[in-house]
Amino acid sequence: MLSVDLAARRLGLRPGTPVAKAQALHPDLLIMDADPDGDRAGLERLSLWFQHRIAPIVAPDPPDGIVLDTTGADHLHGGEAVMLENMVSRLKEAGITARAAIADTWGAAHALARYGRERITLVPPGETAAAITDLPIEALRLPADIIDGLHGLGVSRIGPLAGMPRAPLTLRFGPDVARRLDQAFGRQAEAIVPVRLQAPVQVSRNFAEPISAAETIARYITKLVPPLCAGLEEREQGVRRLDLLLHRVDSRTEAVRVATAMPVRDVRRLTRLLCDRIETIDPGFGIERMVLTASLAEPILHRQGVSALIEEEEADVSDLIDTLANRVGTQALYRFAPVESDVPERAVCRVPALAPEDGRDWPDHWPRPTRLLPRPEPIQTMAVLPDHPPVFFIWRGIRRRIRCADGPERVFGEWWKGDAELTTVRDYFRVEDTSGETFWVYRTGDGEHGETGSQGWFLHGLFE
Amino acid sequence: MPAPEPRPALEALRAQVSRLEGQGRRRRGVLPFGMPEIDGRLPDGGLALGALHEVAGGGHDALNAAASGLFSAGIAARTRGKVLWIATRQDLYAPALQQVGLSARRTIYVAASSDVDVLACFEEALRRQGLGAVVAEVGRLSMTASRRLQLATETSGALGIAIRRWRRQTDAADFGQPTASVTRWRVSVLPSVPLPVPGVGRSRWLLELIRARAGECADFEVEACDAKGRLAPCRLALPATLADRPDQEAAGHRRARA
Repeated sequence: MLSVDLAARRLGLRPGTPVAKAQALHPDLLIMDADPDGDRAGLERLSLWFQHRIAPIVAPDPPDGIVLDTTGADHLHGGEAVMLENMVSRLKEAGITARAAIADTWGAAHALARYGRERITLVPPGETAAAITDLPIEALRLPADIIDGLHGLGVSRIGPLAGMPRAPLTLRFGPDVARRLDQAFGRQAEAIVPVRLQAPVQVSRNFAEPISAAETIARYITKLVPPLCAGLEEREQGVRRLDLLLHRVDSRTEAVRVATAMPVRDVRRLTRLLCDRIETIDPGFGIERMVLTASLAEPILHRQGVSALIEEEEADVSDLIDTLANRVGTQALYRFAPVESDVPERAVCRVPALAPEDGRDWPDHWPRPTRLLPRPEPIQTMAVLPDHPPVFFIWRGIRRRIRCADGPERVFGEWWKGDAELTTVRDYFRVEDTSGETFWVYRTGDGEHGETGSQGWFLHGLFE
Repeated sequence: MPAPEPRPALEALRAQVSRLEGQGRRRRGVLPFGMPEIDGRLPDGGLALGALHEVAGGGHDALNAAASGLFSAGIAARTRGKVLWIATRQDLYAPALQQVGLSARRTIYVAASSDVDVLACFEEALRRQGLGAVVAEVGRLSMTASRRLQLATETSGALGIAIRRWRRQTDAADFGQPTASVTRWRVSVLPSVPLPVPGVGRSRWLLELIRARAGECADFEVEACDAKGRLAPCRLALPATLADRPDQEAAGHRRARA
């Protein structure tokens, strides 16, 4: 176990206990897989929040901490003690059990926050050395093998370690021990590389007179988009999501959001996408401020064009995709891609319209119907068992006599998907009635064994 | 059915008419079927690019649009570039389209929620250059809507195919209403090619060219699309016993009524 919560700690569980042992002790234990990447991302989000609220220089201190340089920021929050109290209680509200410490150095604060006696520790300036001498050496941010080695030497506290001669330590464990000690005691400087929140590209325009006509809005959209694109060009980015906020005179805000399938920095195209949505804007008594924000931007990858000698370049249709997606929704645009399955309805899946192609195709040895019914419809038939096609069938109230048929094509259930499909079988027939219409019908079951299906007939598709 | 003999006077008149009606309109070329019987009946020898074409199924196929869908897929498969397929009912089965040569990698589907959405997306896509074909399944198609679509497709040169698909058999009478499309086709199924062994042979269709701008109506019996989307002429005449069946007559009456 990597980490345990307070309730588990009360049960006597500690990080490092094998999971099997913990489960043997407490069978109803809730165990979650470690997610280091998720933790790191969460830590970065939290750092950004701290940067927003507490102090400008903030960095994640993985795996479980955040380091802040609060110099010059504590007075804004009513002093160091109040600030720490405030931070811890806010995190508690968010469901995070936190401990905090302020010290002269990153190393000392790190050690006190994790191994100090109190939930909140304040070390006055200049008293760092005294505060950390009694802490265990695990607090020094040293690799586990060095900690083990030091324990082997009988050293378990920072104080005695700091008093040992440096040369033999460095000879045996490398320079890390001395460096971490110096950083903790403030003899060596340690810089905090702060997380940097990149402000999104944003352009705005205030109006002396409120505007409301659709043409006027369109005109100002065409004026706002070029500077936005210029800003994006500086960062070599394109927008994936664009927000247009229209502040009305009655203090309400209308918003238009357009999304694109690929990063875009084309003035005409973005203008077009925004102007298509003007009809959704309710200007009320007028709009006094327009703000255009590239709320999601991604780097534009430039691709080398194909020489006309080799092959004809496919026209890029991503702008059409964007226009349509903003009308009918991104989910409504898709392509079909093959899935390796013999069950017809599972053989296709929907992928985004501009998803990369993987070059796979469906196997081509059996004819497939043009239209596949959303769910197979039961039909009444008369057929000779076990493997003859029906002589006639009744579908949607029309009786059709079968002139000729192909089949059966036997499809077995996918036993790896569930026990229910362990024995199921479908026998597909392609049948043509006397007028020439061709259907895809199947029988659930192999016509002999009851466990393979109900032996009922269904119509699944239409050829032509 | 013999192809009509070329008549120079008529050709000159046609050219004059097209000059009159298409001010500044460029000839976009045609997509031939590769069957002289059909191509000979169409002006310029093929389906005009940059034009709207209508396809409907005959009989039950007016509702299911299976044969007319496959016929359209075969046409789209022979174009170059991406194909957009707009529909309200999402029951196309992509492996079947691949079997007539329309690869799933080329085809982008648009699931529209209503006929109005279908027409809006259809027009938007037809305006866009670079698509091979745009196929839309739509029920009602008014003169105004089809005129808009025709004008849109003239600007880009894409091939527009409107598959007329209705929800009720009675609505299929709508196909008689005039629209601005350049050609209008009805695809009805015929009994498949008889095989010497039990089994289903290659499908056969009765293609009715109901309307062709600057052309004449005609009927063709063809074998359905092959793996590259090409039609083929019926090699065997229908055996008399099959052709004279009462079912066929009934189907013929239905088609005549629709």
